[in-house]
Amino acid sequence: MKKHIISLLVDNEPGVLARVSGLFSGRGFNIESLCVAETLDFSVSRITLVTRGDDAVAEQIKKQLNKLINVVKLSDLTGVEYVEREMALIKVNAKTDHRAEILRIVDIFRCNVVDVTPTHYTIEATGTAEKLAAILSLLKPIGIKEIARTGAIALAREKKGKAGEVF
Amino acid sequence: MKTLTGAQIIMSVLKQEGVDTIFGFPGGVVIDIFDELSRTDIKHILVRHEQGAAHAADGYARAKGSVGVCLGTSGPGATNTVSGLASAYMDSIPVVVLTGQVPTALIGNDAFQEVDIVGITRPCTKHNYLVKRTEDLARVLREAFHIARSGRPGPVLVDLPKDVTQGKARYEPLPEPRMPSYNPTYKPNVKQLRRAIELIKGAEKPVIFSGGGVILSGASKELTKFAKKLHAPVTASLMGLGSFPGTDPLWLGMLGMHGTYRANMAIGACDLLIGIGVRFDDRVTGKVETFAPNAKIIHIDIDPTSISKNIPVTVPIVGDCKSAVKGLNSLLNEEKVKITKKNRKAWLDRIEEWKSTTPLRYKQKDVIKPQYVIEKLYELTKGQAIITTEVGQNQMWAAQYYHFDRPNCFITSGGLGCMGFGFPAAIGAQVACPDKLVVDVAGDGSIQMNIQELATAVQYKLPVKVVILNNRYLGMVRQWQQLFYEKRYAATDMKYAPDFARLAESYGALGLKATKPREVEAVLKKGLSSPGPAFMDFWVAREECVYPMVPAGAAITEMLLA
Ligand SMILES: Cc1ncc(C[n+]2csc(CCOP(=O)(O)OP(=O)(O)O)c2C)c(N)n1
Ligand SMILES: [Mg+2]
Repeated sequence: MKKHIISLLVDNEPGVLARVSGLFSGRGFNIESLCVAETLDFSVSRITLVTRGDDAVAEQIKKQLNKLINVVKLSDLTGVEYVEREMALIKVNAKTDHRAEILRIVDIFRCNVVDVTPTHYTIEATGTAEKLAAILSLLKPIGIKEIARTGAIALAREKKGKAGEVF
Repeated sequence: MKTLTGAQIIMSVLKQEGVDTIFGFPGGVVIDIFDELSRTDIKHILVRHEQGAAHAADGYARAKGSVGVCLGTSGPGATNTVSGLASAYMDSIPVVVLTGQVPTALIGNDAFQEVDIVGITRPCTKHNYLVKRTEDLARVLREAFHIARSGRPGPVLVDLPKDVTQGKARYEPLPEPRMPSYNPTYKPNVKQLRRAIELIKGAEKPVIFSGGGVILSGASKELTKFAKKLHAPVTASLMGLGSFPGTDPLWLGMLGMHGTYRANMAIGACDLLIGIGVRFDDRVTGKVETFAPNAKIIHIDIDPTSISKNIPVTVPIVGDCKSAVKGLNSLLNEEKVKITKKNRKAWLDRIEEWKSTTPLRYKQKDVIKPQYVIEKLYELTKGQAIITTEVGQNQMWAAQYYHFDRPNCFITSGGLGCMGFGFPAAIGAQVACPDKLVVDVAGDGSIQMNIQELATAVQYKLPVKVVILNNRYLGMVRQWQQLFYEKRYAATDMKYAPDFARLAESYGALGLKATKPREVEAVLKKGLSSPGPAFMDFWVAREECVYPMVPAGAAITEMLLA
């Protein structure tokens, strides 16, 4: 079952998200994650969703999404080059003897500490799903109190002047 | 530019759309709309249940080939239309359902008779709207009609809060909407058409499989031409009956669970299957792995989601059936493809053999056989009636024994299989075609689901005829119990039912009853020739089964024959 990142431009109207998510639940497709936000054009929003399925299922998902009247444009980033990011806010236990270790991890992965208390750090981490998984696996033994994560957002890369990923 | 109330804007758009009839039922939040409606020349048919209104709009749309319109109040009025929407959605019928809604300020407050009908009907409409401002009404209504009738047609619901219909806005007629995110593909890809022609040239045992899409796109003539050029036998889904003449020698009969022996066997043996305006529903394919196992498949449909959804196809053609079949016909001419009857002889002979050894059959003895009633109905109406059906055995016998020569004459709830559909749909069809004979072939169970509409038929002098195949059972379910549940008839006995003839009389309609075979013809003659609505109650053999039957999950060539 291949992973598909599908990027949709949809009318920015009430109920559109329900149409998209209802299509998935009603037809037994799965959504791994989903992100919605406005674009520069106030009348359209971008939905980035990650789903899994064999080729036939992915084909159906795309056709069904395209059929929704409120879907303006659909692109499947699978198979094209794209940049993908997720973000996590991770609240870790920061007892004195762990503080240095946590900051070292933050440094290595280019995260930020966005909130500090005597007992906890809240870390902002951004990256691919794999990178976030790596950070979490290192922080877990230290003690994660809470975590909030976005799903993936992604954009296809421009073809010309491939300069590589800019962190 | 004029300033109009919301209700007046609705009427203006309905007129602009050419609406001449609305099927409706009133309530608190739609009084303004009905008030305004009564001042127009649009005919209003007051039904007795909103489900009836929705099915009537569906029947109207199918018989007339245009958009049917239904109007109901908020809350229960709206929820009552849901089965009608779902049925129209499954069968791709253009219907616009207008529902009242509580005032915008109250939405979300659990107000009296508030229900989130847009939320409820999202999965069973092609699209739906909640209109929040009077200024948006004209645009939304125009879009609703546009979406309902274009592309793969379907029902659209527009929810109308009371303050939106009471409020005022400036109005001028809008042009046909252009929607950037909605552009159905009508014109088929020529490359794909050419690929199809190559397959056609190489085929020795082709079968054409026609569906509701052929009727919706008005492609029957092109289809008939196409089949004759190819000398290819034609079968159809339930929804496709009438798209190809049922009396033509190339006609195979219906396909699928209760399809004819020859149609199902032909699918098993064909080397090319040309599906046109079909969606390869499970009632047609049976076990998908064994469906048309030796065939390459060409699939024409306007809805890309239908293609390769259930059955992988060799040549997909997205487009309007009429343009596509026309395109194939002209390519056949252009390339001077000559297929003679002689080329096809072996294939057609094989089909003829299936037909003669295993035709549709029944034996009429001392109890009325339901098939006999349909055969007599066919004979007496000379095949000219518009037939609607309920759901169950009655529906299948109507499909098998009434031979439809023309499109838009067989009106049935195919995809949803909604009991209670046939009678209100017949009322809608009769309104659309006042000069045609309209007959609902009904079961004793189904007819009770919308029997209240008899008052509607009587009130508007709509001479619809109802032929009840009364087996005092929920027959189709009983058939499954007989065949697969060792005759445990749990919850399918319908002995407690009214005397339908007397019930009809009490509504002011004609009621007739036949209990013996020799009475059948007389009752049909009397009922069909009566000037008003009539119920004809035929007491048929209780435990008759519909054959052939493909058990659920079996290959369609594995039929029970008796
Ligand atoms: C609204 C609805 N409820 C239940 C069913 C399931 N169902 C399918 S056929 C059938 C029996 C219909 O009985 P009747 O109208 O007497 O027709 P018959 O099969 O006896 O001809 C039932 C209950 C259905 N199709 N629709
Ligand atoms: Mg019955």
